[in-house]
Amino acid sequence: MDLKALLKTARIPRRSPSWTMLVSLAAALLAWELVSRYAGLPAFILPSPGWVVVRFWRALTGGSLLLHTGVTLLEVLLGLLAGTASAVGLGYAVAKSRLFERLVAPYLVATQAIPIVAIAPLLVIWFGPGMFSKVLICALIVFFPVLVNTVVGVRAVPRSLRDLMVSLRARRGQILGKLEVPAALPILLGGLRIGATLSVIGAVVGELVGADRGLGFLINAARGQYDTALVFVAVFVLIALALTLYGLVSFMETKFLRWQETNLK
Amino acid sequence: MIDPILTVRDLTVTFPDDNGGLEALDGATFSVYPQEFVCLLGPSGSGKSTLLRILAGLLAPTSGTFTYIAGPPRIGMVFQQANLMPWRTVRENITLPLELEGVPALEADRRAEDLIDLVGLQGFEHTWPRDLSGGMAQRVAIARALVHDPDILLLDEPFGSLDALTRERMWAELSHVWQVRRKTVLMVTHSIGESLFLADRVLVMSQRPGRIKLDLAVDLPRPRADEMRYTAAFGKLARQLKDAIGFPTGIGSDSRSVLDTRY
Repeated sequence: MDLKALLKTARIPRRSPSWTMLVSLAAALLAWELVSRYAGLPAFILPSPGWVVVRFWRALTGGSLLLHTGVTLLEVLLGLLAGTASAVGLGYAVAKSRLFERLVAPYLVATQAIPIVAIAPLLVIWFGPGMFSKVLICALIVFFPVLVNTVVGVRAVPRSLRDLMVSLRARRGQILGKLEVPAALPILLGGLRIGATLSVIGAVVGELVGADRGLGFLINAARGQYDTALVFVAVFVLIALALTLYGLVSFMETKFLRWQETNLK
Repeated sequence: MIDPILTVRDLTVTFPDDNGGLEALDGATFSVYPQEFVCLLGPSGSGKSTLLRILAGLLAPTSGTFTYIAGPPRIGMVFQQANLMPWRTVRENITLPLELEGVPALEADRRAEDLIDLVGLQGFEHTWPRDLSGGMAQRVAIARALVHDPDILLLDEPFGSLDALTRERMWAELSHVWQVRRKTVLMVTHSIGESLFLADRVLVMSQRPGRIKLDLAVDLPRPRADEMRYTAAFGKLARQLKDAIGFPTGIGSDSRSVLDTRY
């Protein structure tokens, strides 16, 4: 496949927040406020936006929102790190060796076929309700997309550039560092972008199944007390978390992939 | 008598396929002398690119030997496509061979600047490859092939993907670069005009499986200009090369271009 064409498809359009976004956001908030005020729903079904803000402030100052957010964030990051590291390592081996690919491919596909939600209880039983089981779930959910993108990225390294490196008598490590890593980076970062948001899902799933802290635990606990506003708070914090991670990877893309942008013309 | 920098003896390559293997090269034998500009001329499918890949260490021959006088050579290679790394600027592409050899960055940049001047790319040092025209990109590739002071330049139809006018301008520029740097050059081409404009000696290869059919010295005076291509001496040499290649076999063969001396 032509690397250039592949890279073009891997690029994401970069949008800046514009007035259209602000307008649609304001409209949604207004609609929410109107429904909660005039539909006659009790606050434990649909709290008003104002009440959610108040609840957020109370959880932040008086409650333990920061602790739960910190725990979830740590699980997400550790899982992302572990999942990415193992996926990149294994993906590189798969991309380089057809034999290795044939040996492990059935298992890799099988792991992807298992719905993570279904085995999360099992992992919590085996590894306890602490952070480790959540990190493991995050790592598992991150693993596959990053692996696939690593394989695609490494395989997309042009043959002609390999020839160039060999004709210059480059060593193995030089081919890795100066050719394979930079050539595979756009596709790899694309996988990381998907993995970052998936990792947040993994952590919440794990915490919902069984935990004593974290935003998923907070949702469970708040639901038990019909504190629906707190559920909303936790959900919004999770959204913010996922968007921040997504933005971080996008930032890395703009930083490392400057060469994909046209300066002239 | 000067010793050859490269000696090729009985090189044979057979690519495995379903019916007993495809013979691409059949006993190619020749020598290249220091500071010589040699063209390997032949129709498409004569195995000339295969031969170049072997000499660059990218492919192992089935049998035969090739020896560089000073052991493993430093090679500067230019491919049909510019083959630049899109994530490196013009200057960073040119310094790549030096980085691989561990030359300090300051020294590498200085040598790259010299070559940027030589190939006329001043002002484009920090341009990304995607913003270069085909001719400019190929000039970067030539600079990159020269920057580490290689023992031999291997050029694989370097201007094949350029339009006719750009190609002719590149001939003059390559000729100029060669006169300044005096490298040993082995260049693959299927164009009689190109080989006569550039080479000291032209080796004509036969149809597959490739062998050296003719070893023709080109004694045209340098520097060679455009008008030279309409002289009697040039026409005589072109005729000799054309006769050696023979007429294309089979309709639709893309060796047609061989018959056009101006191509």
